[in-house]
Amino acid sequence: MILIPCPHCGPRNSSEFAYVGERRPRPDPNAATPAEWRSYLYDKRNPAGWTSENWYHRFGCRKYLVVERHTVSGEVRRAEPADQPRTRSAAPPPAAAPPAAAGGGEQANHGTGTAEGAGTAAGAGTAEGAGTAAGAGGRP
Amino acid sequence: MPTHRTPSATTSSGVSRPRPTRGIVRVNDPNGRNGQANGSRKPARYSALGLLRRGLAHTDWPRSWREHDLAPSYDVVIVGAGVHGLATAYYLAANHGITNVAVLDKGYIGGGGSGRNTAIVRSNYLTPEGVRFYDRSVKLYEALAADLNFNVMFSQRGHLTLAHNDSSLRTMRWRAEVNKLEGIDSEVIGPAEIKRLVPFIDVSDETRYPILGALYHPPGGTIRHDAVNWGYARAADARGVQIHQKTEVLGIDVEAAPASGGAAGKVTGVRTSRGRIATPTVVNCTAGWSSLISGMAGVTMPIITSPLQAAVTEPVKIFLETVVVSGTLHIYVSQTDRGELVFGASVDPYPSYSMRGSLEFTEELAGHVLELMPSIARLRVLRQWAGLCDMTPDYSPVMGVTPVDGFLVDVGWGTYGFKAGPVAGEAMAELVATGKTPEIIAAFDLARFAEGRLVGEKGAASVGH
Repeated sequence: MILIPCPHCGPRNSSEFAYVGERRPRPDPNAATPAEWRSYLYDKRNPAGWTSENWYHRFGCRKYLVVERHTVSGEVRRAEPADQPRTRSAAPPPAAAPPAAAGGGEQANHGTGTAEGAGTAAGAGTAEGAGTAAGAGGRP
Repeated sequence: MPTHRTPSATTSSGVSRPRPTRGIVRVNDPNGRNGQANGSRKPARYSALGLLRRGLAHTDWPRSWREHDLAPSYDVVIVGAGVHGLATAYYLAANHGITNVAVLDKGYIGGGGSGRNTAIVRSNYLTPEGVRFYDRSVKLYEALAADLNFNVMFSQRGHLTLAHNDSSLRTMRWRAEVNKLEGIDSEVIGPAEIKRLVPFIDVSDETRYPILGALYHPPGGTIRHDAVNWGYARAADARGVQIHQKTEVLGIDVEAAPASGGAAGKVTGVRTSRGRIATPTVVNCTAGWSSLISGMAGVTMPIITSPLQAAVTEPVKIFLETVVVSGTLHIYVSQTDRGELVFGASVDPYPSYSMRGSLEFTEELAGHVLELMPSIARLRVLRQWAGLCDMTPDYSPVMGVTPVDGFLVDVGWGTYGFKAGPVAGEAMAELVATGKTPEIIAAFDLARFAEGRLVGEKGAASVGH
């Protein structure tokens, strides 16, 4: 049981929410190859560290949230409404952290280390950059 | 006969130990002499006569597996010393004569999912590929105690999957038919027969979800999971495989691929907390950490890792002689030979690498179990724990080759990995030794996700997810 600080309802037990999924940059379904589309559907980063993911406040405000959670310690450091343009990044890379982050830029490199650095970070980085630049554009 | 030690002798590892007072001679060499004067490494054969002889002679039992220094290279490195890793190592040595193998584990062997599961073995799956695969495992388990000379306590006491509504019953009939076509004993039975098998179960209409029937699978049952791990470790070690505990893999060296090749790279070695090993073949058998290890080789997995919790009660007189599973109530329960009830339920509702239990798990579990068996309300929960499950989109494993040459995976085992230990080990060993993917695991390849050939086993893999 972890506490998720819902921006509309305050800190609530995770049992009020439904976990939706990892935030991954979504390719255009009309332009993507089948391999790219299936990679978007199935491939996962699954980090042992900070992750950025979608949750749905099922038994509360019924809004979708973007939550930053540490998958080993269970700490949740941020939960924002999913429809806000400044939360477009799929992962919280230290360099691209939004300037108005609550409590200052403390989310530097907690546990990101080798666990997240390896694997798909290289591939995801460029796609995320494109996603962020595109601004508010549909559901995550 | 073991050598006698003078008082306060220093041992081969340099530690000074006093002479024991009761005349039992401790052999302090970590590689354990087995009582044979010529120092050969055939392990002592376990038997009733051996027990008697050793008891009378007051000699110590030899170590079941040895410690080694890390060699600079191996033919095969297996990451993860759980049942899959150890079985792969054992079958490499036993079936293919490949013994220059290292099995690495960052902790002690069998400390991950292999030590945290609820030890249920069965083969009553839904798809023909799944059924064939798990049945091969059941057959291997049946012969395992004799093969490994280790008591694994496989008790084929019967396995019941309850159906509480019409669509469940239809699925049970479907599974029964698929099982029968593959020659496996499974049938659908009604409430009266369920009551005969499990007298304490509530099959009346008064429950919230009345039981309409069940899939009864007599070859299914329980096993002692630690014994399987130790048995495979002992047998693999006896054949020359090196088991390295407390050796964490920190990185996998992958050489960039030549422009002409189709591979994404080639494995050249593994960096561990005890040094670097050169090797052409790395097998990822790390359930619970498979995304991290695969990431080190540059391979992405379609896996999220969620904890699966379990709990055990105080021991009571044996009253439950089969394994009872209910998908609707999200629980499964069996009773160990010690008399403790072992419960499991569904995975935690969000991914995490935490292996701790939580209170809401026990609350929900208790509520649902009492729906099935109201009379056990006074039993006390002794302890609870969790293991990490790598969940795939289709609830089938990911086995075989990856885009990186030499990097093989045996992962994605979700909540159904322990029952598949022997068959996975046998198949992965064959893949490593021959370079060709065996037919029995061909359907579980990593490429199926990119190509849309999923093997959907959610209905039969476990209780509600």
